Amino acid sequence: MTIDMSQFIAVFFDEAAEHLANMESLLLKIDVSAPDPEDLNAIFRAAHSIKGGAATFGFSDLTDVTHVLENLLDRIRKQEIALKAEMVDAFLQSGDVLQSMLGAHRENGDVDQNEIQRVTQMLTRLVADQEAPGQSSEQVLTIVIQAGESFDEQMLLDELANFGEVQDFEPGDIHSAWRYHLKTSASEPQLLDSITFLVAPERLSIETIENREAAFGLFPTTPAPALTVDEGFGFFEPLPNNQVEVNVEEQGYGFFAPITPPTPASEPSTAQIVEIAPVQAARVPNERNADKSSADSSIRVSVEKVDQLLNLVGELVITQSMLAQNALQLDPVLHEKLLSGVAQLERNTRELQESVMSIRMMPISFVFNRYPRLVRDLASKLGKQVELRMIGENTELDKGFIEKLSDPLTHLVRNSLDHGIEMPDVRLSRNKQAQGTLTLKAFHQGGNIVIEVSDDGAGLSRERILSKAKERGMSVSDNMSDNEVWMLIFEAGFSTAAEVTDVSGRGVGMDVVRKNIQAMGGRVEIQSMTGVGSTMSIRLPLTLAILDGMSISASDELYIIPLTFIIESLQPKSDEIKTLAGRGNVINVRGEYLPLIALYDIFNLSAKLKSFEDGLVIILEAEGQKVALFVDDLLGQHQVVVKNLETNYRRVNGVAGATIMGDGHVAFILDVAALVKMAQHVSSSDIAKLAA
Amino acid sequence: MEQLLSEDGVNRELLVFALGKEEYGIDILKVQEIRGYDAVTSIANAPSFIKGVINLRGNIVPIVDLRVKFNIGNPSYDQFTVVIILNIAQRTLGIVVDGVSDVMTLSTEQLRNAPEFGAALDTAYILGLGTVDDRMIILVDIEKLMTSADMALVETAIA
Repeated sequence: MTIDMSQFIAVFFDEAAEHLANMESLLLKIDVSAPDPEDLNAIFRAAHSIKGGAATFGFSDLTDVTHVLENLLDRIRKQEIALKAEMVDAFLQSGDVLQSMLGAHRENGDVDQNEIQRVTQMLTRLVADQEAPGQSSEQVLTIVIQAGESFDEQMLLDELANFGEVQDFEPGDIHSAWRYHLKTSASEPQLLDSITFLVAPERLSIETIENREAAFGLFPTTPAPALTVDEGFGFFEPLPNNQVEVNVEEQGYGFFAPITPPTPASEPSTAQIVEIAPVQAARVPNERNADKSSADSSIRVSVEKVDQLLNLVGELVITQSMLAQNALQLDPVLHEKLLSGVAQLERNTRELQESVMSIRMMPISFVFNRYPRLVRDLASKLGKQVELRMIGENTELDKGFIEKLSDPLTHLVRNSLDHGIEMPDVRLSRNKQAQGTLTLKAFHQGGNIVIEVSDDGAGLSRERILSKAKERGMSVSDNMSDNEVWMLIFEAGFSTAAEVTDVSGRGVGMDVVRKNIQAMGGRVEIQSMTGVGSTMSIRLPLTLAILDGMSISASDELYIIPLTFIIESLQPKSDEIKTLAGRGNVINVRGEYLPLIALYDIFNLSAKLKSFEDGLVIILEAEGQKVALFVDDLLGQHQVVVKNLETNYRRVNGVAGATIMGDGHVAFILDVAALVKMAQHVSSSDIAKLAA
Repeated sequence: MEQLLSEDGVNRELLVFALGKEEYGIDILKVQEIRGYDAVTSIANAPSFIKGVINLRGNIVPIVDLRVKFNIGNPSYDQFTVVIILNIAQRTLGIVVDGVSDVMTLSTEQLRNAPEFGAALDTAYILGLGTVDDRMIILVDIEKLMTSADMALVETAIA
């Protein structure tokens, strides 16, 4: 008998991913100076479970990495060695590597072997380092720039300042090399990465203290004051670690008092404080919520099964409403029992529908949980101090949103960190705390779920946005309301970033965010005040499967327009409608001329109404374009269940999906963005015809 | 021709339907159900043989009128109009035909190769001809036909 292993492997992948996520969130919460033994055990268990599973399924590479990880964790939890911020970093990085390995196994892809090796070595080194206690990750690196043409020194110094303290430097010229001594906890690759923007990589090298000593023979002419100091090294026994050497170098400046190597205990603790600070800066306030126990009592069900269930219940709801409609015609006295049965059916159906819907719901913490890490990494990269606060993580929303929300939300978080929150010194000069606050908040509001990303940073600059808009030739005026101004940043390619940074400002930006949110049937709003901060709110319907729509009729057909695209509807007067170039129509809405398109035209239906005055005009907005859509009538507002048309058919231009109305008939949901494009196409082909 | 044989060498059962005076046979395993013609919701800018979509127990299912497509039969719609719901390439779709007449199994002796000139449809979709007494049944590869590009039912032809 053969056993289909694939199903077990899938479970392993899911579980391993869960363990990793759990490990990461625990690591981010951990207090380095006084770790909770319970947390350490949990992290250890997670690593151990992954290792066990990986070994069972023969993923030896996973086993190898987790083995080293587990070793170190085991010693930490047994308090043989103390936890260090550096270790947390290493654990997080190995988590990333494990994640990519899992992904690779799942999709039969390849993993970057160098990355695995790097992490494994780092972990091994951390274990080994503990043999010689008192080690700190801070070291003095010497950046050597080979002689040659000059470069922007100030830029380089600024860049280096991001990584640590430049202790001194030896200027070079065309003939001799430049040397910068940097006291930093950053690794060489990190440094190299950022400096290569300023100096060609082939001219660049980095020496640690050890190899710098060795290199001295090669550069005997360098008139560095440090040289004499370093010669003093010969008097002493090789020191156990870099940190001590740094101290020796500092103390040895200018005079040669006999120095005994300081004992680890007397080592200045300043270095460690500096090193821990960024970690604390981005730490989430320690909230031990009750979700530890809730994780155990759940079962894993495939999404298809839930969708199928949802479909069936939707069908039941329609059948029930049909029954109810028919029952209305019965004599209430004669059919009392039947009618009360129908009423009960209605109640039960509704409850059933609600509980089936709730199966698809997941707490938003699934999205939020990735941000402590992101904020931590980004804040330390940007040199900012940020506290991340998360409110309402248990707010539930549709699983479909969870996946689609992470991209736009990540973008907003990055934006806030990069452009919103100022550097600590700027904040201090503005009478704010050096540490900025980034708040992620989710809550329900009237049938919607609202997710807010707010910061107490600089806020949006009205002047800059307006001048940028003018530069791009957009029609703006100085007396636009703040709200209208903020909305400008959603225009394609609109970036107010003064400079392109590593983090954001590359042009793909808010327009994509808005597009993604709109694709989910939601919208984005901005509130901002200069110097106080800004809040971006995303408003989404409760589930992907349900949409607020307006039903309209056009030549005997019924269509649904998603409510989020509708601005207003009005009854057109004939003098408001003008023709353009004799063919295309425009409508004057309070001084603004909008292209007027008729739905029956676009969909090639037969026109039922004789004149525009008999029908209605709906003003729609999609992707910044406004159009007026002419329809026969507005019928009403519904919540409709969205069905995919492509399941059994192909995509239809102008149609986003379909839904089933209360009477069992199918109605199409209009794709407003596509309609706007179609309208533009119609009018441009008209112009082409005229030109011909 | 081989496609008409199932794995264990027994000829598959065919569902026979009529289009005008012609009789067509399709693999019964592709057929999900047979139902009457319901009101359809027409699709904008679709070819005339795609009548629209219906709600089949919560699924949105497109309906093709083969009578219009092949230009045979009488495209009228009343309570006797027959829709065959098919399961093809993980999709569900319906075809409108003049009537369903039979379910039958043909033996190998009853099968003939299709001549080069076909009826209304391209011979590429004809597996062969079956003879039963003096009836001729056109055996159609319904999956290939429905996923073909000129049916415009799928984005790109799967077959």
